[in-house]
Amino acid sequence: MSQAQQPAPAAGSQPPAEPVLIVAPSPHMGNIAQTTRRMMLDVLLALVPVIVASMAVFGLYAIQQIALCMLACMAFEAMFSMLRGKGLTIIDGSAAVTGAILALSLPWSAPWYVGVVGSLIAIGIAKIIFGGLGQNLFNPAMVGRAFVMIAFAGVMGASAYVAPASRTDAPHAVTQATPMTARREAARKPAVATAPAAAATQPATDWNYVKRLFWGNVNGSLGETSAAACILGAVYLLIRRTASWEIPLGMVGTAAVIAGLMNLAQGGGPELLLHHLFGGALLFGAVYIATDPVTSPLTPRGKLIFGAGCGALVMLLRVFSGYPEGVMFAVLLMNSVVPLINRWTIPTPIGGPAPVKA
Amino acid sequence: MTATGRMDFRGGVHPPERKSLSADAAIEVLPTPPEVRIPLVQHIGAPCESLVKPKTPVAMGEMIGKAGGFVSAPVHASIDGTCGMADVTTLPNARHVAVIPITAGPQTLSGQGLWDAIFGGEWPTRHLEDHAPQQIVEAIQAAGIVGQGGAAFPTHVKLVRNETKPIDTLLVNGCECEPYLTADHRMMIQLPGPIISGALLAAQAADAKQIIIAIEDNKPVAIDNLRRAVRGTKIQVVVLPTHYPMGGEKMTIRAALGRVVPTGGLPLDVGVVVINVGTAAAIARAVLRGKPLTHRVVTVTGSGVARPRNLLAPIGVSYKTLIEHCGGLTDQAARVLSGGPMMGLAIGNLDTPVTKGTSGITVLTSQEARKAEELQCIRCGRCVDVCPVGLVPTKIALACRFKDWDLARRYHLDACIECGCCAYICPSGIPLVQLMRMGKAEIPRKKK
Ligand code: SF4
Ligand code: SF4
Repeated sequence: MSQAQQPAPAAGSQPPAEPVLIVAPSPHMGNIAQTTRRMMLDVLLALVPVIVASMAVFGLYAIQQIALCMLACMAFEAMFSMLRGKGLTIIDGSAAVTGAILALSLPWSAPWYVGVVGSLIAIGIAKIIFGGLGQNLFNPAMVGRAFVMIAFAGVMGASAYVAPASRTDAPHAVTQATPMTARREAARKPAVATAPAAAATQPATDWNYVKRLFWGNVNGSLGETSAAACILGAVYLLIRRTASWEIPLGMVGTAAVIAGLMNLAQGGGPELLLHHLFGGALLFGAVYIATDPVTSPLTPRGKLIFGAGCGALVMLLRVFSGYPEGVMFAVLLMNSVVPLINRWTIPTPIGGPAPVKA
Repeated sequence: MTATGRMDFRGGVHPPERKSLSADAAIEVLPTPPEVRIPLVQHIGAPCESLVKPKTPVAMGEMIGKAGGFVSAPVHASIDGTCGMADVTTLPNARHVAVIPITAGPQTLSGQGLWDAIFGGEWPTRHLEDHAPQQIVEAIQAAGIVGQGGAAFPTHVKLVRNETKPIDTLLVNGCECEPYLTADHRMMIQLPGPIISGALLAAQAADAKQIIIAIEDNKPVAIDNLRRAVRGTKIQVVVLPTHYPMGGEKMTIRAALGRVVPTGGLPLDVGVVVINVGTAAAIARAVLRGKPLTHRVVTVTGSGVARPRNLLAPIGVSYKTLIEHCGGLTDQAARVLSGGPMMGLAIGNLDTPVTKGTSGITVLTSQEARKAEELQCIRCGRCVDVCPVGLVPTKIALACRFKDWDLARRYHLDACIECGCCAYICPSGIPLVQLMRMGKAEIPRKKK
């Protein structure tokens, strides 16, 4: 560019060859503590307590199912991404997360092919068809689960959770109905709203039972038995800021409010409320499923709305539907309105909207 | 409305600081280089018109480029010497501009002599009211002063009294929130005199009743020093939390005064004018001594330079000369930035000259520099959480990528201040700011 410039005097040493300077856009620093891969690893780490709890309740079966689903999801991800010529996308870790969550949302008795088919649908239909990580509208693990629930209705219904008396290998906990099924059955017998005293005295919701719900010594899908494990995982995710607090708070808060109102209506004690919070997949869903960044809204306000919607739908399904547990449908339903929520919650910039220039 | 300090704004990030590389290095006078190449445009506004021919001898401080309009600032020779053939260079902002090379003559001031000539002597804080506002503005204009914080807007334009939008507060910005950079920090420690005189003069010109110097709380020595130095004047020192982009005008105003500059508006709209500490010192020199802006303090830092320093350098000296004075690039040097790592521009050619807006040169190693690998957006919303303006960066950036201008507008692309927080935090390494910039440049202006 310039005329040959004399080397600066006395700078005797120095660069024999010009170093290769990379021209790149600002900012030139990044937050290395938070990469997509690290976030996925965080979710897996946060799942550890849940996995441990599930092993404690369901033994070897839990490990098999979780490992199988994770491997299947990663294998399908590798296969599909190769077919699409996208390179190896499994390194981003999202497939492993999908697999783990799918496995943890299955009942303990689901045969191995249920896990594999669920994985195939989760990755192949729910994710890759939409364009891979970040493009899917619905939570892949929940789509996978919904599919197997319908396809294998026989082995996936409420009865799948309860071991028949003939199964001698069944862990102790699984010989009972799941907390939500038990609750429903119990609630059906007396006429709920008109018999407040009866509701309060149902055996399923005494304090001991709530304690067991909290620690996890109850039946349910693999990952949903222990409230304590979910809370532990939630704390980790919130500290790492991998999950936003708005979604879990919105979801659990709304469910708590509705359960509390029901409580008041039925005149029960706080056990019923806690039963709803600790039992079933509410916490597991609030911490690990609804918080999936890809399928939840972008703004804090949107996330609160999304969480509240999930919580309300869960309660609605629990109380009125034929399904004992509503987290999966609640999340999938709310997923479908995320684009709308995003549009409603476009924030106004600080300083007001940009003036329209002529 | 008084300043309360210790306020904050929402969003923002906390990049690792690394100011310690050069924070204790006292400003050193760069030995006069054999040649400087002075760009005829160093600011936002109209280019200058050259006043010299090849072989014209010039003295330091002589005007060599005449301002091309009101929103323009003249340029001056920064060393004694002889002009060469006008040439063209590319500034870090990718603007091609004419440069006038000056070869150093024998009589050039250097070392302590130069320091004394620029910053030595007493800097009064009293009786500055004798200077009429008009006079001050003219002196600033004649001295070619532009904002030294980076944006390089001609300073006299900001200080001219405006009947419809009166100014009540002069905010002297000493936040220096860019990680690594320490030029302002060193000036606040070593040169409180000219900064304070300059602030008083600028306030006098703009008719501002309140004067605030805002400093981030990671510079305790500078804070102490200025607190002591402002005693007996009406200047207040306000300490703000360390938080990027605290130095951005709008954020500083929000944090120090609790006022919100409207989107698309200027500080003027809320009665504030903001100048950088280096600019304040230059104002003092221009008004009290009639000297133009010929030198500025530049931080040369980063793990890619052998000995990071703060240098008093003549405008027009090449980046290469400065880096060589600091021991040259190390083997790991991978990226040379004009400015700091958050908003600085990467340059590929070390012959680039220092301009009035060059606050620092940061050389990053490949470990420090952000990786270029880009993954899919996972819609995690982190960029939303950190955007200090309250935007949804991912939506805007993707709208820009797909040239969906309607969508970009609906999400308020225009309000982006290009601070880079969103791209800094993005776990998928998406070049969000770059997309915003591109979008802003390409967005078709509303026709009518
Ligand atoms: S931070 Fe990056 S990955 Fe997350 S939403 Fe914003 S652009 Fe997408
Ligand atoms: S969108 Fe603009 S203002 Fe917001 S963080 Fe990104 S660069 Fe900064």
